[in-house]
Amino acid sequence: MLTIRSVLTIRSVLTIRSGGPLTTVQDRGRPGWAHVGVPRSGAADLPALTRANALVGNAASAAALEVTLGGLVAVPDADVVIALTGARCRLSVDGVPVPHGAAVGVPAGAEIRVDAARAGVRAYLAVAGGVAVEPVLGSRSTDTLSGLGPARVRDGDRLPLGSGGARPSDDAGPDASGRPVATDRAEREDTWVSDGELDLDGVRAGFAARQVVEPEIPPEPVLRVHPGPREDWFTPEAVETLYVTGWTVTPQSDRVGARLDGPPLARAVSDELPSEGMVAGALQIPPSGPVLFLADHPVTGGYPVIGVVDPDDLWLAAQAPPGTVLRLRRLDS
Amino acid sequence: MSRMGRDAELIETSDPAALRAEIVRRALPGIEDVVPGARTVLVRTSPGQAPDLRWAAAWRPDEAPEQVGRELTICVRYDGPDLEDVAALAGVDVDGVVALHTGAVYTVAFTGFAPGFGYLTGLPEPLRVPRRSSPRTRVPVGAVGLAGDFTGVYPRPSPGGWQLIGRTDQTLWDAAADPPALLSPGDRVRFTPC
Repeated sequence: MLTIRSVLTIRSVLTIRSGGPLTTVQDRGRPGWAHVGVPRSGAADLPALTRANALVGNAASAAALEVTLGGLVAVPDADVVIALTGARCRLSVDGVPVPHGAAVGVPAGAEIRVDAARAGVRAYLAVAGGVAVEPVLGSRSTDTLSGLGPARVRDGDRLPLGSGGARPSDDAGPDASGRPVATDRAEREDTWVSDGELDLDGVRAGFAARQVVEPEIPPEPVLRVHPGPREDWFTPEAVETLYVTGWTVTPQSDRVGARLDGPPLARAVSDELPSEGMVAGALQIPPSGPVLFLADHPVTGGYPVIGVVDPDDLWLAAQAPPGTVLRLRRLDS
Repeated sequence: MSRMGRDAELIETSDPAALRAEIVRRALPGIEDVVPGARTVLVRTSPGQAPDLRWAAAWRPDEAPEQVGRELTICVRYDGPDLEDVAALAGVDVDGVVALHTGAVYTVAFTGFAPGFGYLTGLPEPLRVPRRSSPRTRVPVGAVGLAGDFTGVYPRPSPGGWQLIGRTDQTLWDAAADPPALLSPGDRVRFTPC
């Protein structure tokens, strides 16, 4: 009997024809190292990464591509199953549009295109088996601040895909026990890629049942905020201003943080803050205006944190393009 | 003690490195990161897993069973481009800067600038000079600098505004090594000329 294990020995490669403005490899990041200066990093929109991995049958810890604003063109050298979540980018395989938020079979050699985002910023392209670049400190995430993890994805890169990303083929060679890899139909159905999904004129979506409802990316997001440890470093008027103002996301925003433009927030305490630990979601207020820390934030910071966005709402900030007006709603302490 | 959002607690303490060591020693479930700052320890936990940390706010470093951290010596060539400026600001000559810098025992208080970068406290008062008015766009790996209350070693090339007094060949950061960082909070460091 063909076991899943024998299929798992097949490895394949995803060749990048165009990396677009910024594509990085991301997983759930590297917690546990902040005390030696290593940020957690990981997907900026973690729930979207989780959905993409679930759609293709990956473990939650698998790495996928975080495609910023679209522009990715890639070709697998073996039959693969992919899914795109997060930012609303048109996804096509050899020119045939395929649905967002669904598992889709892609034959070897077909061109996967993730076009410019119509809504949101960061799309997640998961491939069954995961992107199998070498992990650093337990994570395959590209950390744009600390420089840890793989370099950003560039044109011509050949990304290794992990086991599980391909179905057996006649020329796949012997499995670990030395027996040839069987390819008859009954045995293929032991694996999760069946002929049906990949027997395509062009491409059509397989796994029709494996589709998720993607949350709407709101044009004017509202983020819930926990009062921060240094809220009292600001005047009561400044705290009120924070929560009644529409804050505009500036073009200086990146994976480190969303920079916000709005009225000045007056300090009640003018001392310098001794550096203290930071978390994703922290609204740090330097004189230049609020920074809402995202995945690649520094591990410590020296400006007061007036509030902290709830982790469940952080993805809204990660998906807010420059020019978005977002609002903050204070949660009771 | 105050909340830092849904999944973290910020604890004020007089000795962040010692409190961090105590929290790690207790191996409480659900804790993902324990990050010392200059006067605080941040404890970040898994969602819905927050352990009771009320004891930590009352914990005193003299309850520590022993001194935390290791003793390290880092050998430095004192030939940095800002050595004479630092001497002038400190009111001593260049040899005086070296004598002051090598004569103290420093403690790794916290990190944050880059992986492996430790902010070392214990700088002799005359050496507590301001940052450069114009930061360098590129400080070489191994550069030994100081500014304000801190001294430290740049673990990789990076921009930086500290006054550079020397350089070491010691590897501060190697992601493939175990542990990856030479310096961990609570470690005590001496500099020696080489």
